[in-house]
Amino acid sequence: MTSTKRTNGGTPLVEMRDMCIAFGGVHAVDHVSVDLYPGEVVGLLGHNGAGKSTLIKMLSGAYQADSGEILINGEKADIQNPRDARSYNIETIYQTLALADNLDAASNLFLGRELVTPLGFVDEDAMEAESRKIMARLNPNFQKFAEPVSALSGGQRQSVAIARAVYFDARILIMDEPTAALGPHETQMVSELIQQLKAEGIGIFLISHDIHDVLELCDRASVMKNGKLVGTVDVDDVTDDDLLSMIILGKKPGEAAA
Amino acid sequence: MTHSDTDQTRAPARRNFVQQLDLDLRLLGMIGAFAILCIGFDLLTGGRFLTPRNIFNLTIQTVSVAIMATGMVFVIVTRNIDLSVGALLATCSAVMAMTQTQWLPNIFGLELGNPLIPWITIAFGLFVGALIGSFHGWLVGYLTIPAFIVTLGGLLVWRNVGWYLTSGKTIGPLDPTFMKFGGINGTLGETGSWILGLIAVAAALYALYSARRNKQKHGFTVKPLWAEGVLAGLTAAVILGFVATLNAYEIPTRKLKRMFEARGEVMPEGFTQAYGIPISVLVLIFVAIAMTVLARRTRLGRYIFATGGNPDAAELSGINTRWLTVKIFALMGTLCALSAVVASARLANHSNDIGTLDELRVIAAAVIGGTALSGGVGTIYGAILGALIMQSLQSGMAMVGVDAPLQNIVVGAVLVLAVLIDIQYRKRAGAAK
Ligand SMILES: Nc1ncnc2c1ncn2[C@@H]1O[C@H](COP(=O)(O)OP(=O)(O)OP(=O)(O)O)[C@@H](O)[C@H]1O
Ligand SMILES: [Mg+2]
Repeated sequence: MTSTKRTNGGTPLVEMRDMCIAFGGVHAVDHVSVDLYPGEVVGLLGHNGAGKSTLIKMLSGAYQADSGEILINGEKADIQNPRDARSYNIETIYQTLALADNLDAASNLFLGRELVTPLGFVDEDAMEAESRKIMARLNPNFQKFAEPVSALSGGQRQSVAIARAVYFDARILIMDEPTAALGPHETQMVSELIQQLKAEGIGIFLISHDIHDVLELCDRASVMKNGKLVGTVDVDDVTDDDLLSMIILGKKPGEAAA
Repeated sequence: MTHSDTDQTRAPARRNFVQQLDLDLRLLGMIGAFAILCIGFDLLTGGRFLTPRNIFNLTIQTVSVAIMATGMVFVIVTRNIDLSVGALLATCSAVMAMTQTQWLPNIFGLELGNPLIPWITIAFGLFVGALIGSFHGWLVGYLTIPAFIVTLGGLLVWRNVGWYLTSGKTIGPLDPTFMKFGGINGTLGETGSWILGLIAVAAALYALYSARRNKQKHGFTVKPLWAEGVLAGLTAAVILGFVATLNAYEIPTRKLKRMFEARGEVMPEGFTQAYGIPISVLVLIFVAIAMTVLARRTRLGRYIFATGGNPDAAELSGINTRWLTVKIFALMGTLCALSAVVASARLANHSNDIGTLDELRVIAAAVIGGTALSGGVGTIYGAILGALIMQSLQSGMAMVGVDAPLQNIVVGAVLVLAVLIDIQYRKRAGAAK
């Protein structure tokens, strides 16, 4: 593992400060602050229902925070909806994938950003050609371009969701359990993709339940428990046992139980 | 992940004749059912069903419902429903009847018969339809009242707003130019129909050709050339056959004589003249093409289908689904107004009960045409064919002499049966893939 790419004193790509959101009485995210530097992968860890997805959905525009602020390149960002997030080059792979099941892979990949002919009509063939190119990079076995995505396997659907997020030159990439449904080979390809995107200077939030993945791919890890941030650590400074105890017991290494 | 199965389904050996043509099986099934229906009625009526005259009448009776059914496809695809289309048609019809017979002549001083009257009337009618539709869309999209409730309320409201506008009176006669949109009073004639038919054939062939060329440009596999040839031949035959049929319906001699007399001329011995394509059918064809292009080739169409398939995914992809709902209902309202032009022009006046029960016919046409109430699936041509099937069933039974109550029982049963067959077909098609 290389050491973190964070340059001390540089401006973070993303800073989420003191974020709060509650659903009914449930404080899904409770005063959480995380940040992300260019070319860095930050892992988000925590038990089921810890608030990981909810936290990143405030960044992707799916939810509006009750309080807290988001800074992009040090400037306050106003993200009211997914369109705003896209305008900041934030791309998201949702845990639920967010695909329209009745449309084919290419239509999903370009949903909201269709390629059009000079006359302004949707150019299906061009979109299919582009989809074939990007899928060849991600999952060369993928062949089902004509079928609606409802006819795809879970892993194939996940490949489509990943392709959609990486196709449009993201600067900030959010991956919510991107490899949950993938086979070992496809998972390996996504790991390579993450390394490659990182080398291009893209910042990545990676939500995962696989501690070994996190130790291998991430520079830092933020652990959440019951909506609160337990702490953020450099992965080089911790062992898998340290991370496990943060997730389960909610205490930082070297700290007494919270 | 297994990929070997994908390769097999793509192997040419397993593709039969129909698959090579790459036709929509569901469409073929509907055309088959329609053909059986027509031939069956023709046999039962001793050859009276498939005459040029009856086909002409069937066509003009279908137009109004078919126009609205194309809009209903979008409404249902986005998991909404519109129960108010018949009532909206009545209000638009009332507005247009009042505009051309009272408001323009009395308030704006345009004399009856002024050539501007029909056009101002139609433009205003379409505007009113769009406005009411947008209002429905706003209630559904932004205030999140279920479409079922909004349009159920709309059904009661607009039917009776129409009543108040005309004080419950039948309004007529309508402007002569306006009435040309009704069917029998406005047709293209023989030569005009042939010219239009040939233009349509040329356009269809060009569309097939450019689709093929575009696929080749991107290096995708295309159908074998003979399959394209068969498809092109079929298309041309259907278009020209339709024109020939409508051209075979001749204007009755007595009516022709009167037309000559009206012009102060004497009809030459043995003179005949055919009706040809009605202008209302032309309007329907235009709507069908525009709506198909909208559905398949524009972003708006994409968003409609994506939202129907998964509203959350559409929202997360940056689609403004609320505004989309407003647009869809506005379009539906505009099409109701257009149907109002055709329907009132066909009847030559506006009456209070115009469009009564049309909401059921329109929804049935869309559903028989393969639009799934669960959203995300539907085609424009399916809805038009659905409208045609419904109308044929109804007129056929009337011709055979089936009692009116039994007619309705049959139509109701057919609707349920059609959806059952559709569900079974989708299960099979899904399993085959
Ligand atoms: N839209 C919502 N409405 C109500 N409660 C919600 C909503 N979204 C999330 N929650 C609640 O917020 C809490 C955090 O959920 P979240 O999805 O962020 O968990 P997570 O950390 O992503 O879990 P997992 O590992 O299972 O994906 C949970 O208690 C959940 O029930
Ligand atoms: Mg989650």
